[in-house]
Amino acid sequence: MIPLDTAELKTLVEALVFVSPEPIRLERIAEALDAERKSVALVLQDLVAEYAAVRRGFILQEIAGGFQFRTRPEHGEWVRRLVKNRPFRFSRAALETLAIIAYRQPVTRAEIEYLRGVDSGGVVKTLLDRHLLRILGKKDVPGRPMIYGTTREFLELFGLRELAGLPTLKEFSELNLDVLDAGADSVAPPEN
Amino acid sequence: MAYEIKIENFEGPLDLLLHLIRKNEMDICDIPIAEITAQYLVAIDVMQSLNLDVAGEFLLMASTLLYIKSRMLLPPSEEEEAEEEEEDPRAELVRRLLEYQKYKDAAATLDSFPLLDREVFARTFPAQELEEGEEEEFHSVGLYELVEALRGVLQEAPEPVVHEVDQERLSVTDRINFILSLLEGRQSLSFAELFPTPPLRQDVVATFLAMLELVKLHLLRLMQNSRYGTIWLYPAVVEESPSILQLEDDSLGYC
Repeated sequence: MIPLDTAELKTLVEALVFVSPEPIRLERIAEALDAERKSVALVLQDLVAEYAAVRRGFILQEIAGGFQFRTRPEHGEWVRRLVKNRPFRFSRAALETLAIIAYRQPVTRAEIEYLRGVDSGGVVKTLLDRHLLRILGKKDVPGRPMIYGTTREFLELFGLRELAGLPTLKEFSELNLDVLDAGADSVAPPEN
Repeated sequence: MAYEIKIENFEGPLDLLLHLIRKNEMDICDIPIAEITAQYLVAIDVMQSLNLDVAGEFLLMASTLLYIKSRMLLPPSEEEEAEEEEEDPRAELVRRLLEYQKYKDAAATLDSFPLLDREVFARTFPAQELEEGEEEEFHSVGLYELVEALRGVLQEAPEPVVHEVDQERLSVTDRINFILSLLEGRQSLSFAELFPTPPLRQDVVATFLAMLELVKLHLLRLMQNSRYGTIWLYPAVVEESPSILQLEDDSLGYC
């Protein structure tokens, strides 16, 4: 095959992302087009920047190690009118459990429960059923408890490129109690 | 004592404690333990009077608070004092509270992200057409997916018959040989093909165990080409795969 020139490559890459049912990885595009990874990476970078710059109805995003077209967050309410799905809400228990597992994986249920101070079996089960968690294996301690981690669906759902894309918890250590508690009476930050 | 307690939905005792600390503008690193214990107990009382189910965790925390309170009242023992400064009895609780606060905040941050199918949307595709391609890359099958697949087959199993005692015992060894015979001359086998229709519960269980045994013996590999797609069985050793395994029931540990 004749090597593709950059303009052609770009349109082809765009086409592959367009038809891909889930975030498509750079390697797969390169393989399919018989192109160099480096040039595909450059073209993708270009495309991401272009979609962000020209105001279109969707943007190209790097999600869970792949690339996917997604609508803009600010259009959510409008798109939902068409899609007609009820906006789902996570329970606080589910969010807390997800946060703990996302940041501390691999983690056992006992560790989650120590951190949350409540039984978390039900919520872990629900999250497993929704494919947001997976069992990574068993911990080599007495009782051999299961250890849990997050899945690719977790990254896709939260629009994360990778786990490292989570905001670092260090930021949180600087938070004091009432930063996120809007409406709470102001309290002088505790000295640590 | 006229504490005004507004009962919100507390995720647990740590959540309730954080709420009380914040409401009373206490310094988390120097919690007045008598005060917080009193308020905590009142809150639990209110929950109980409202007929809310007070989970055991709340009571456990109450006892922890009382324990800390009693330790605060005791003078530090001399030996311990001599060795090194005794840790504040509240220290572990404070650590847990700060740690919990951290993840509570992280949870709120996660919730503020634009979520797929909530704030942002991607195109959806009819499941099969694109995903079941032959050339798809394969993923190894996870434990949970395997269990889900088993559950799927078992759900098709008819209601157990209660009165009949006519039981045919199926040995796992038989099923192992059955799977191997199915695989003979073929490249792969789908998970669903293993089971008769309609599946009998005991049959399904024996076959499933047999499949796991084969995987353990490195004679079989389980793969799937899309997440939660069909699970395929592949012979792991392509050459000279034994058509009949010399296995005793006992050697597998089932009887």
